[in-house]
Amino acid sequence: MSLEETAYSVFLGLLFLYCVLAAGKAVDPVFAFHATIGAIASAAGVFLIIRSFIDRDGHVEPAEINGKPNYNLGPVKFASIAAMFWGLAGFSVGIWIALELAYPALNLGLPWTTFGRLRPLHTSAVIFAFGGNVLLATSFYVVQRTSRARMPGLVTPWFVILGYNVFIVIAGTGYLLGVTQSKEYAEPEWYADLWLTIVWVAYLLVFLATLWRRKEPHIYVANWFYLAFIVTIAMLHIVNNAAVPVSIFGSKSYVVWSGVQDAMVQWWYGHNAVGFFLTAGFLAIMYYFVPKRANRPVYSYRLSIIHFWALIFLYIWAGPHHLHYTALPEWASTLGMVFSVMLWMPSWGGMINGLMTLSGAWDKLRTDPVLRLLVVSVAFYGMSTFEGPLMSVKAVNSLSHYTDWTIGHVHSGALGWVGYVSFGALYCLVPWVYGKRDVYSLKLVDWHFWISTLGIVLYITSMWVSGIMQGLMWRAYTEFGFLQYSFVETVEAMHPYYVIRALGGILFLTGAVIMAVNLYLTIRHGEAEKPAADVALAPAE
Amino acid sequence: MGLMQKHAVFERNSIVLLIGILIVVAIGGLVEIVPLFYLKSTIETVTGMRPYSPLELAGRNIFIREGCYLCHSQMIRPMRDEIERYGHFSLAAESQYDHPFQWGSKRTGPDLARVGGKYSDDWHVAHLTDPRSVVPASVMPAYPFLKDNPLKANLIAEDMKTLRLEGVPYTDEDIANAEADLKAQVNPDGMIEGLVARYPKTVVRDFDGNPKKLTEMDALVAYLQMLGTLVDFSTYDDKANLR
Repeated sequence: MSLEETAYSVFLGLLFLYCVLAAGKAVDPVFAFHATIGAIASAAGVFLIIRSFIDRDGHVEPAEINGKPNYNLGPVKFASIAAMFWGLAGFSVGIWIALELAYPALNLGLPWTTFGRLRPLHTSAVIFAFGGNVLLATSFYVVQRTSRARMPGLVTPWFVILGYNVFIVIAGTGYLLGVTQSKEYAEPEWYADLWLTIVWVAYLLVFLATLWRRKEPHIYVANWFYLAFIVTIAMLHIVNNAAVPVSIFGSKSYVVWSGVQDAMVQWWYGHNAVGFFLTAGFLAIMYYFVPKRANRPVYSYRLSIIHFWALIFLYIWAGPHHLHYTALPEWASTLGMVFSVMLWMPSWGGMINGLMTLSGAWDKLRTDPVLRLLVVSVAFYGMSTFEGPLMSVKAVNSLSHYTDWTIGHVHSGALGWVGYVSFGALYCLVPWVYGKRDVYSLKLVDWHFWISTLGIVLYITSMWVSGIMQGLMWRAYTEFGFLQYSFVETVEAMHPYYVIRALGGILFLTGAVIMAVNLYLTIRHGEAEKPAADVALAPAE
Repeated sequence: MGLMQKHAVFERNSIVLLIGILIVVAIGGLVEIVPLFYLKSTIETVTGMRPYSPLELAGRNIFIREGCYLCHSQMIRPMRDEIERYGHFSLAAESQYDHPFQWGSKRTGPDLARVGGKYSDDWHVAHLTDPRSVVPASVMPAYPFLKDNPLKANLIAEDMKTLRLEGVPYTDEDIANAEADLKAQVNPDGMIEGLVARYPKTVVRDFDGNPKKLTEMDALVAYLQMLGTLVDFSTYDDKANLR
């Protein structure tokens, strides 16, 4: 056995022993359940390592075959399919909770189906499970291709992918069973956080080690963004989740920060989960997949340098705009606002760099729905990075804060930008890694595009109306100087918009189901790519 | 362009790039977060603030478990309509013992920062069990299981020890009496002098209307009924913490 295989076997073996012990000594049933999952997962890990050791029979996949890099695509395939699976799950839960707000009987009166428990399940499933697996799949693919080197490690790449998905399972089942830290987008409890930290360090190491093997002198721009995403998320995750468990055999912990300091740390984390998980990581995807699909070089190298450093520097400051007019000191809130407005510039720098990459290839938007998904995602990025700075202005925020306008804003970014750039990337990536010429049916991609776009339009417009309406109703006064509406009257007024929003979600999910079918058909029945030699002989079109 | 060529240092060396990224992303957070641990307005002391009583703390943990913060804020902003609707704007000190904070980010339901004492216990029990029985247009989920679930609080002293480690001023006496205090708070006929001395303004009642059983409903209603009641704004001096 190699040193790597031995080390992982020993580590997972020890983890198995701890999990068995923890399951036995657990002070609450959820911890016992999670310890059991941990025990099964670590035992499965040891089994898989030993089985692959026996199967490979002393043989190690060469880094190169005939002078060409022998890319490690297994983990990429797994993460791509996992992304599709979690995407469907996350969108479905989203529709369910949207319907709960329109028809509260759907909460069913059971603990694990209430809005309060399902909402973190929805956000984590779409951000961390769907988005996270897209980032893992694309980053492992892009860093290998742009470095022209095989990702090192017999076990580590698989440890990262499978370990990350085990984290998702523990986090998600925990929410349903009432285990949460109550920090938005950082709900998983201490043991899940610790596990994610270990996986994340392994992820950083695989990524860096692949860069170290690169045949190109320069690190490609997409990899700067991936690296910034990996490093910054590590920093945010560790600081925001610093907590002391009540018992090392129990699920409950208390976060070390409290009150106003905790609020600031939370939104420093929360906003930069948007900035680095949902923006930097997906900009990396844009920087690889848009030029690749359009068959054009990135528009401006200089712009990419400037907007990279400006984006990562400015984003970090923007968190306090989530805390305008709260007990946070005004100077902090003002800093958050000013930096958010400045952030508009690098954001649009990125958008321009993405869109202008199509110079001379705009006609492809008519014929290639995959490229259209990618380009429309960049347009949505531009729109929501304009809306964001607008909403960070205190006067606007006084109206928009606490309302559905925020939800609409988030979803124009999440569905339009993150969703579409992920869909575009998966439509490219799945045929590539399975050796197919293209997706099974471009016609189906076209249907996906239009159905989902209609869904997004319904979603964000209904949330604009309901959010602005509710904000205005809260502050409306009668001619006698009394508040005009009771709170519940504002809730009643939102009902039609909640129905429209749910309909938008259903359309978005319908598009994603079409996509899943299309990708399945691509893998199963897609036309195989011709060997490279034939392509070279093919006449120009 | 010279500057752009110098950028090659970052593009050719992954560790230099990594360190560069770390420095650039660390600055904003340091400037915005660190001062909050020193500035007077964020570490003000306000008369009346005290750590949660054991029952309130157990209730707060149920509030967190059920994800109430996703629809209810606990942060009143200093605007005319909010102050008239909810009460005095929230002070930093009012969440000083909140690990983690519960300010929230969305008001699908109303703010709860000062909900304590606004409704009767009966109303809360009815509302939590079936919100539409008292507010027909409400979209809140029903929590009928709370009044059936016995309150599991055998670890409450451990909870308080953990919080003390993080700076909440629970005394040895508070921790030694944790379980007894927890039970005393739902029994107005019992010995409550110690509890009230340790946690001034503690409300002692059988919150869920079922004296036979200590339930999760007792704890959650006890927590809701104390929210925003600790600071007496008729004597609060808003200039005391200026400098």
